[in-house]
Amino acid sequence: MVSLIAKRAGLGLLTLWLVSVLVFAGTEILPGDVAGAILGQSATPESLAALRSELGLDVPALQRYFDWLGGILTGDMGRSMASGQPVSDLLWPRFRNTMALAAYAGVIAVPLAVGLGILAAAKRGTIFDRAANIAALAFVSLPEYFLGLLLVLWLSVKTGWLPSLADTYEGMGLTAWFTATTLPMLVLVMVTMAQILRMTRTTVLGVMDQPYIETAFLKGLKNGRVVMRHAAPNAAAPIVNVVSFNIAYLITGVVLVEAVFNYNGLGRFMVDAVSKRDLPMVQAAAMIFGAAYVILNMIADIAAIALNPRLRHPRGKEA
Amino acid sequence: MSRLSNIPLTGWIGMALIAANAILFLFGPMLAPFGQEEIVGMPFDMPQPGHPLGFDQNGRDMLSRLLYGAQMSIGISLAAVCLSFAVGVPLGILAAIRGGWLDLVLSRVVDTVMSIPVLISALVVLQALGSSLPVLIVTIALLDSTRVFRLARLVAQGINVMEYAEVARLRGEGLGWMIRREILPNALPPLVAEFGMRFCFTFLFVAGLSYLGLGVQPPFADWGGMVRDNQQGILYGLYAPLFPAAAIALVTIGVNLTVDWLLAGHTTVQGDNR
Repeated sequence: MVSLIAKRAGLGLLTLWLVSVLVFAGTEILPGDVAGAILGQSATPESLAALRSELGLDVPALQRYFDWLGGILTGDMGRSMASGQPVSDLLWPRFRNTMALAAYAGVIAVPLAVGLGILAAAKRGTIFDRAANIAALAFVSLPEYFLGLLLVLWLSVKTGWLPSLADTYEGMGLTAWFTATTLPMLVLVMVTMAQILRMTRTTVLGVMDQPYIETAFLKGLKNGRVVMRHAAPNAAAPIVNVVSFNIAYLITGVVLVEAVFNYNGLGRFMVDAVSKRDLPMVQAAAMIFGAAYVILNMIADIAAIALNPRLRHPRGKEA
Repeated sequence: MSRLSNIPLTGWIGMALIAANAILFLFGPMLAPFGQEEIVGMPFDMPQPGHPLGFDQNGRDMLSRLLYGAQMSIGISLAAVCLSFAVGVPLGILAAIRGGWLDLVLSRVVDTVMSIPVLISALVVLQALGSSLPVLIVTIALLDSTRVFRLARLVAQGINVMEYAEVARLRGEGLGWMIRREILPNALPPLVAEFGMRFCFTFLFVAGLSYLGLGVQPPFADWGGMVRDNQQGILYGLYAPLFPAAAIALVTIGVNLTVDWLLAGHTTVQGDNR
């Protein structure tokens, strides 16, 4: 089992490196000319050449890649083209904001969704199961901004309960922060919960078709006990996968939600950078998002290996 | 073929929504009472006779804008999904049949691209190339084709080891025959279901990019961009941005309901029944 985990961790590192290659290749080798984009109509050959050398674009791509990678590994992500400020100063506060929002949503969505999913599976075919299914299908289909705007209309504009924009700033109180971020949190919870609930239910039902579950029923055990003691532990590994997949989704779903509520997170930061075509900022933000995604998936796989009853108790030891 | 009476209510609703949107897609601009750029009222004015959905942020007729937008929103997604299947399915099947280094190289490339969230990859490409309709369609199609490739390869591998495929190979049939006569017909059900899901995803994705201001650019109207343009209206308690958002939601709900019913009817994916 340990070697399996080490293998998966190694694969994760390799993937991280490949992500860096892709991000660099995507921004540098694609036929867009950054210097031309900045200068626009006013470009003369001399000014273009001057700007290129100022931006370091006259150096061969391979060397620029290693400079860039080395910079990222040592925490130096270059300077923003638009404002000239160091990218890392701009990026990390936003990253913290995004992670805080994602964590706030995840802490509520995951236990609720897994619990309801298991409940729906245990009560297969009942009104509760159907209602949960239809609600989940609806939430999966609705775009984030539709849910977001509905919540703004009902909980903010019509009732005045919560602020319509998620304004956060350094040093604001905890209560104020929770009030400001509750609407975006609710949208994220609805969207991720729906996915996790549906997939948890399917996974548990899949386990319920196994012969050992039939045996448990034939022993005379009650439905609830079979689900909790026999089905749920065996469904744990796939459920962890589902959860991590959705948390990884949360990382990008946050981009749209941040735009709805004008939340000062990494998603909005990246969208702004893309519309300004600010290369170092886009590279850094893409790298952070990519790394978060890869690392979350890696943790999930490792957790799934650790949780798998068959891998924890190798064949020889079983009675 | 399942009997018509066996189709559940949700399946009917789904198909009705798809049919309604197909009509909008084909005839939308012809049904629109006003032009898409025509200013015919006050900004954000209330619904009134002749303007059942009111006006948008520039005083244009909301209903007409929605009808024009249908073609753009649905058209781009359809084009992207068709292109992604045109790339992903042949390559996936080829990788499954040929195996060897071709399979290895393609699979590694696809795995790497898939290890980055699609939205992030798309933003990187849009940063480099700028946002125009062809760039948008090709970028989304190529990113999406990785998912299609994976499924097509998996399904084709399952079929390729079946007895009838073995027999055809022993008969000496060539690659073209194998793909057209043995693999494609048997791979069709899962691929059709995937087409529905992919369309849904792409449709939401294009709308999302436009909502962020990085997708369809003015002067073209699409539903995601309309939500963005009208968003301030919500702060005054107006429904203006909800109409295009609801139009987006109705398309995805329709496709989801239909695919859900289709998959419940034919659960076995070819790869599973060994």
